[in-house]
Amino acid sequence: MHHVDDTPKLYGLMAEFNSATAIVSAARKAREAGYAKVDAYTPFPIHELDAALKLPRTKLPWLVFFGGIGGMLGGFALEYWISVVDYPLNIGGRPLASWPAFVIPAYETTILCASITAVVMMIVLNGLPQPYHPVFNAPNFSSASADRFFLVVETADPKFDGTATRQFLESLHPLGVTDVAQ
Amino acid sequence: MADRQPPLDAHAAPAPAGMARLQSDVLAPGHSFGSVTDEITSAVLRPGFRPGWIVGFVIAFGVMSMFLFAVSYLVIKGTGIWGVNIPVGWGFAIVNFVWWIGIGHAGTLISAILLLFRQKWRMSISRFAEAMTIFAVMCAAIFPVFHTGRPWLAAYWLFPYPNSMNIWPNFRSPLIWDVFAVSTYATVSVLFWYVGLIPDLATMRDRAQLLWVKRAYGVLSLGWRGSAMHWQRYETASLLLAGLATPLVLSVHTVVSFDFAVAVVPGWHTTIFPPYFVAGAIYSGFAMVLTLAIPIRAYYGMEDFITMRHIQNCAKVMLCTGLIVLYGYSVEAFMGWFSGSPYEGFMIANRAFGNYWYMYWFLIFCNGVMPQTLWFKKVRTNIPLLFCIALVVNVGMWLERFVIVVTSLSRDFVPSAWGMYAGTMWDWMTYIGTIGLFTWLMFIFLRLLPMISMFEMRTIVPAAKVKSEGAH
Repeated sequence: MHHVDDTPKLYGLMAEFNSATAIVSAARKAREAGYAKVDAYTPFPIHELDAALKLPRTKLPWLVFFGGIGGMLGGFALEYWISVVDYPLNIGGRPLASWPAFVIPAYETTILCASITAVVMMIVLNGLPQPYHPVFNAPNFSSASADRFFLVVETADPKFDGTATRQFLESLHPLGVTDVAQ
Repeated sequence: MADRQPPLDAHAAPAPAGMARLQSDVLAPGHSFGSVTDEITSAVLRPGFRPGWIVGFVIAFGVMSMFLFAVSYLVIKGTGIWGVNIPVGWGFAIVNFVWWIGIGHAGTLISAILLLFRQKWRMSISRFAEAMTIFAVMCAAIFPVFHTGRPWLAAYWLFPYPNSMNIWPNFRSPLIWDVFAVSTYATVSVLFWYVGLIPDLATMRDRAQLLWVKRAYGVLSLGWRGSAMHWQRYETASLLLAGLATPLVLSVHTVVSFDFAVAVVPGWHTTIFPPYFVAGAIYSGFAMVLTLAIPIRAYYGMEDFITMRHIQNCAKVMLCTGLIVLYGYSVEAFMGWFSGSPYEGFMIANRAFGNYWYMYWFLIFCNGVMPQTLWFKKVRTNIPLLFCIALVVNVGMWLERFVIVVTSLSRDFVPSAWGMYAGTMWDWMTYIGTIGLFTWLMFIFLRLLPMISMFEMRTIVPAAKVKSEGAH
């Protein structure tokens, strides 16, 4: 009979910390040690992590910019088409393309489309909604939304090695290191 | 777990005395990430209901039922049951609309403008102030929609909705500008509020004991896990939303004031209206923030998070915007003379000494005179007194809109077209009923969602500061 391997596949190794300073320092050391597929999970935004993990700058502002431009042009086009082309109202012979009056709704649609873009694209770029993620398998991970800080080195990392990576994480003085099942 | 203890973390050495004092202003000393989380979640994740909550909820529900009754009767009978008639075609409906929209402004000011200015004191009051904004805008929207008489047709009257009659709204009308401004404002406020809730909903998911509660928060939190890259995008989105909401909030009441300022009615046709309306909106909004914050803080024991610094700052904002509003009243009076227009001159004399003179002077007392007591620190730190002042300002701001709308319309150019106006029983039932609706929604919000932004509060816990390498 062949042996069935019933140990779950590993997603990565997770080290737990209890301070913002510790997670930033651990993240920096992990990147310096050559790990590329590293992520930190924190209960609040820590701006120092962006540099420590060498995260790319998000392109969200550009998307929001184009969302706003689209909203402005779309709003103005709607007003122009309605007021000049489809339903022209002659009010005392005043010009149909009375653009100063169209500024305000176009201004509002600019803000509306830019804001919707900001929210929707933040969610989409983050890959949310994502009800399942392997990190939720880690026993203590529910504290990541309260008072604990986690560093995960993924098995997908070319430098990942079960023993060596565990030793490396232990050297960062975490509260503990656990396996994260796939 | 909720007991406060020094952070376990060895890196978090006690902060220098000066810094600790600064921090303690917006957050009581001794808090850790865990204690902040525990105290805020425990108000929601407790079994059953507290008696005070039930009593408040039932009263609010009763008042809201009165609103439902009044509005149902309105739909059956038509707007004739209201006091509006020619010459005063705009009565309670527009007064209440402007009043509610104005109240909403403080929430956006706190969450957007104060975020751009990096004011830490906004963090603990932003969540319920934003909830207040959304509920206030909902109450506001009810009035113009029902004022149309047939609200089920309002979709194509108000919005560019393709309809079988091939007619479109007139984009040269400030009323259509207002539809765009208010609907954008409502949408952006909801988005902003929801984005702010996502990480806190994840906390609720992780702390809930009951499976269905866990699942409900889990679905709403979208599976948020606090990844560093997610936070980066999240913070960028929040900052961009704040940047977008700032011009928006200033534009909304500006556009509301255009409803009046674009008309040629004496007392309305004036360039001071936009800034004066925006200041008035923030004034009444902060009065409502205090009206809500003071009882919430006491009932839920949130004194550590909503400190005297918050209360005092709200009072200072009220004093400042109140002075701008008082300046607006003075300029109106001055322009009555300086414009040289007999209609403007008559308008201001009629406001002060005409049939509605008591409204005008009561308004000056509520909005102009009484808030001057806020210059004194003794008043700003006296919570019961401050609560009363906030209520008086709420009344004053309602009177302001009543005076603007009714005195000008009831006495316009031709004496033969003059007429008096008073709200009917149905007007009052609808108005007071929306206060019930607002309160009822606040009670639901306080029971279901964390009333203070937990992830933001964690950032002002002293231990959140990342110390540079070698400092420890």
